[in-house]
Amino acid sequence: MNNPFSLEGKTILVTGASSGIGKATALLCADMGAKVVAVGRNEHRLEDTVSSLTGEGHGRIVLDLNDEKAVEAAVSEMPLLDGIANCAGLANMNPFQFVSRQEMDAVFSTNFFSPIMMVNKLLKSKKLQKGSSVVFVSSIDGPKIVHAGNSVYSASKSALVGMARNMAVDLVGKKIRVNCVLPGTTDTEMIRTANVTEEMLLETAKSLPMKRFAKPEEIANAILFLLSEASSYMTGTEIVVDGGSSIV
Amino acid sequence: MDIQSFINNFASQFDDTDASEFQAETRFRDLDEWSSFLALAIMAMIKSEYDVAVTAQEMRDAETVQDLFDIVKLHC
Repeated sequence: MNNPFSLEGKTILVTGASSGIGKATALLCADMGAKVVAVGRNEHRLEDTVSSLTGEGHGRIVLDLNDEKAVEAAVSEMPLLDGIANCAGLANMNPFQFVSRQEMDAVFSTNFFSPIMMVNKLLKSKKLQKGSSVVFVSSIDGPKIVHAGNSVYSASKSALVGMARNMAVDLVGKKIRVNCVLPGTTDTEMIRTANVTEEMLLETAKSLPMKRFAKPEEIANAILFLLSEASSYMTGTEIVVDGGSSIV
Repeated sequence: MDIQSFINNFASQFDDTDASEFQAETRFRDLDEWSSFLALAIMAMIKSEYDVAVTAQEMRDAETVQDLFDIVKLHC
């Protein structure tokens, strides 16, 4: 039986694969038959992900995505790809009146410039094959709703959606699809910043329609859909996975 | 750093509570205007004015403005 959700025979690059949504995505892609190229900063944690992948022929690249020269070198060594899941991201909570340009640069570098430049370099090196799918993990914060103190993060994630929509149009001729997943708050290490307590998180989770945050695997499912042939007529769009948070 | 300037900086994060309501002994959580967003703003003010990164847990442990001042002083 033909399974449109299968990634059999595809090679998928997953950034942020050491933890959270990226790790869940890498594991799911491998389960669905893909060869995964896992990218992460922390060698030890990346190894932990790669050793848990089912199947064979997976690759790993220890890389700081903000280091443009290192990214360029890594791209030149990469195999031909059928898809990329851009999952690496950085959280930031700070009331707008206190945000600095330096802080904005750091957040935009990780959440916006790094993922789009990765795709840009892959295209220039002709590593993204015809029929490839590019997926960006944006957020409901910015494109759909806002939370107090989250202005820089929201702006970076909104920029990503704007870029992805335009990229979709520019790359349609190459038969490369570009889409975003917009998760609600997801239960990962990323949301555990120093200015947030577990109690605060619990309180926030209780206020949501489903009374809980998303599990990383639930976001990975949407990413998998966009990477697979099951979404072959989708480009330049966003899938919201937020347990109804943005409609209440 | 002195307590009076700390109180002034603390009070200036509030929009609706009169500055005269703030003393060292003020139990800020009891104020009508208090919110989790104000907690975030106070932490950001402390980082910006005193270059001290107060954690959310330390913020929760402080009952009065004086308590918070003492925590910041400890890190200075």
